Amino acid sequence: MARLTSVQNDTPLLEIKDLQTGFKIGKKYYNAVEKVSFKVDRRRIVGIVGESGCGKSVMSLSIMQLLPKGIGEIRGGEIKFEGRNIEKLSEREMNKMRGKDISMIFQEPMTALNPVFTIGYQLEEVLLNHENISKKEARLKSIALLKSVGIPRPDKIVDEYPHQLSGGMRQRVMISIAIACQPKLLIADEPTTALDVTVQAQILELLKDIQEVNDMSIIMITHDLGVVAEICDEVIVMYAGKIVERTDVETLFYDPKHPYTRLLMGAIPKMDEKKEKLETIEGLVPSIQKMPQDGCRFANRCPKAMPECFTITPLLAEDELGHEVACILYDNSRQVERVGER
Amino acid sequence: MSTTETKQAIRQDGKVVKDTLLDIRNLKTYYPVKGGFLKRTVGHVKAVDNISFEIKKGETLGLVGESGCGKSTTGRTILRLLKPTEGQIIFDGKDITNITGAELRKARRDFQMVFQDPYASLNPTQSVGSIISEPIRNFEKRNKEELKEEVLELLSRVGLPPEAYDKYGHEFSGGQRQRIGIARALALKPKLIIADEPVSALDVSVQSQVLNLLKELQGEFDLTYLFIAHDLSVVKHMSDRIGVMYLGNMVEIASNESLYAEPLHPYTQALISAIPEADPKKKKERIVLQGDVPSPQNPPTGCAFHTRCPMAKEECSKVKPVLKEVKPGHQVACILY
Repeated sequence: MARLTSVQNDTPLLEIKDLQTGFKIGKKYYNAVEKVSFKVDRRRIVGIVGESGCGKSVMSLSIMQLLPKGIGEIRGGEIKFEGRNIEKLSEREMNKMRGKDISMIFQEPMTALNPVFTIGYQLEEVLLNHENISKKEARLKSIALLKSVGIPRPDKIVDEYPHQLSGGMRQRVMISIAIACQPKLLIADEPTTALDVTVQAQILELLKDIQEVNDMSIIMITHDLGVVAEICDEVIVMYAGKIVERTDVETLFYDPKHPYTRLLMGAIPKMDEKKEKLETIEGLVPSIQKMPQDGCRFANRCPKAMPECFTITPLLAEDELGHEVACILYDNSRQVERVGER
Repeated sequence: MSTTETKQAIRQDGKVVKDTLLDIRNLKTYYPVKGGFLKRTVGHVKAVDNISFEIKKGETLGLVGESGCGKSTTGRTILRLLKPTEGQIIFDGKDITNITGAELRKARRDFQMVFQDPYASLNPTQSVGSIISEPIRNFEKRNKEELKEEVLELLSRVGLPPEAYDKYGHEFSGGQRQRIGIARALALKPKLIIADEPVSALDVSVQSQVLNLLKELQGEFDLTYLFIAHDLSVVKHMSDRIGVMYLGNMVEIASNESLYAEPLHPYTQALISAIPEADPKKKKERIVLQGDVPSPQNPPTGCAFHTRCPMAKEECSKVKPVLKEVKPGHQVACILY
């Protein structure tokens, strides 16, 4: 089993501690991300999986500070990028970081690109903002970037508009903009969800290549466990605004612990097995306003729930291999009992 | 058409149809492209370009392909929501290609559809009870109590509580809405249900609930499905046979096992190899296709796939391959075979 490699005496690239992000509904704030802590080491691809409403996208928007003003707000916790707290940076300081240190690509490349400017203009904009180069140099660099993400005829495409390109090509353009200034961290929020499988395969391949060449880390936000298995080193599973499990990718697929993760794995139809019935999870994710404050948030849907699950809030606890689970079945105090069961 | 009056429809090639619920012969559906000042028809998008297949009673045929391959257009043409440009649709021994008006209305009770977007396919001003009972009210005379009873029965069958009867679509989650859509499709006890991407808008855990439900109902109501989806693992889970479409053409049809064990068409091979599998140790040989799907308005000559095919030869751009049976029950349209 692969051990989680932690870089000694090196500050992690990104460290998130007890992050709480809330949304205002009426006059009250409700937390969509509740005390989430994790870190991203350099040159790692970390996947964040979970179903809609689990808080995975809100988390990425919190890191980028792109939460809708006046509605969403970081309510507590810390976000450290290379050891520096960034959660309270001003808009101006954040603008300097976004695109240069951290960039982001989104699910729908058509809405993320500006339809009234050429591809070249949008690429040059990032380069001119962050780097001290002339317009001419920026244009040449843009063409080189388009070429590096596998766009055919980059010298022509650079003068075209987003609507002239296909979905896969637009996502390539988005990626080229995101990596233009060689950021250390790329946040990819469902980058292949809107694409066809054959195009998805191309984009995943491209992201892997770029990650290696540019020496960057990627946070891959997705609902697709197949994509996770394909490119991630580590995985964080979220449910209802909290992390329920975090480990390296092989352990997650071969030895998932949290009941939610296990059910999720059983719910996807697999290519190489014939099953009459798929695993299902009864019930629904509680709405953000009705989130239980005590106990495990998955308890009401969990087939293994015990009375304590509704009163004790499980903490993310690490085992000796670095596999973290937030479930009282796996609390250290209960370890002995669990071994006895087998 | 006279064929509609005979008991058993006769195909254009003279064969009589038996045990087959749906028989599609050389179906073409073209969309006109309007252009210029006078909005004249300047060309056609060949969404479905000459496909043939059949579905046996009680069977599930899956249709897969990437966006723009014509799989949804095929489904809609069969339901006669679109007018076929050419070809023949024989449903349960009856030629429905050109029927219209009252006759078409009558025929439609036997084939229903489950739509992709559960948010758009339910009328927001109608209560769930009214949505589900509408097909029954359209075709049969029932008094109020009978009708309500029937709807409640359907609701419980698809796993919804009786309280749902008086609620409206927006009060439900995506998965529950899809159940309402399924109940509506079931209301008239149809013979064929066309499910067009019924789970692609749903989360994994909810997706599995809906897939399980569709399978259960199939046995119970003796249904035949045409299951359209882009997700190959979902299609494999649901179908007995699978048809793979590319740019309006059917490139391969085979039984579920045979298609996955031994895909013959280069496109099918690439498609299967492109699926990311939920198994990190299984690093499979991937055939990464170059480029994008060409425009169906101006499809490549010869084999539509030759522009992206890793095995393309010179004649591929000239000769259009036809679907032929290379193994029992396994048809492929490629000159390699």
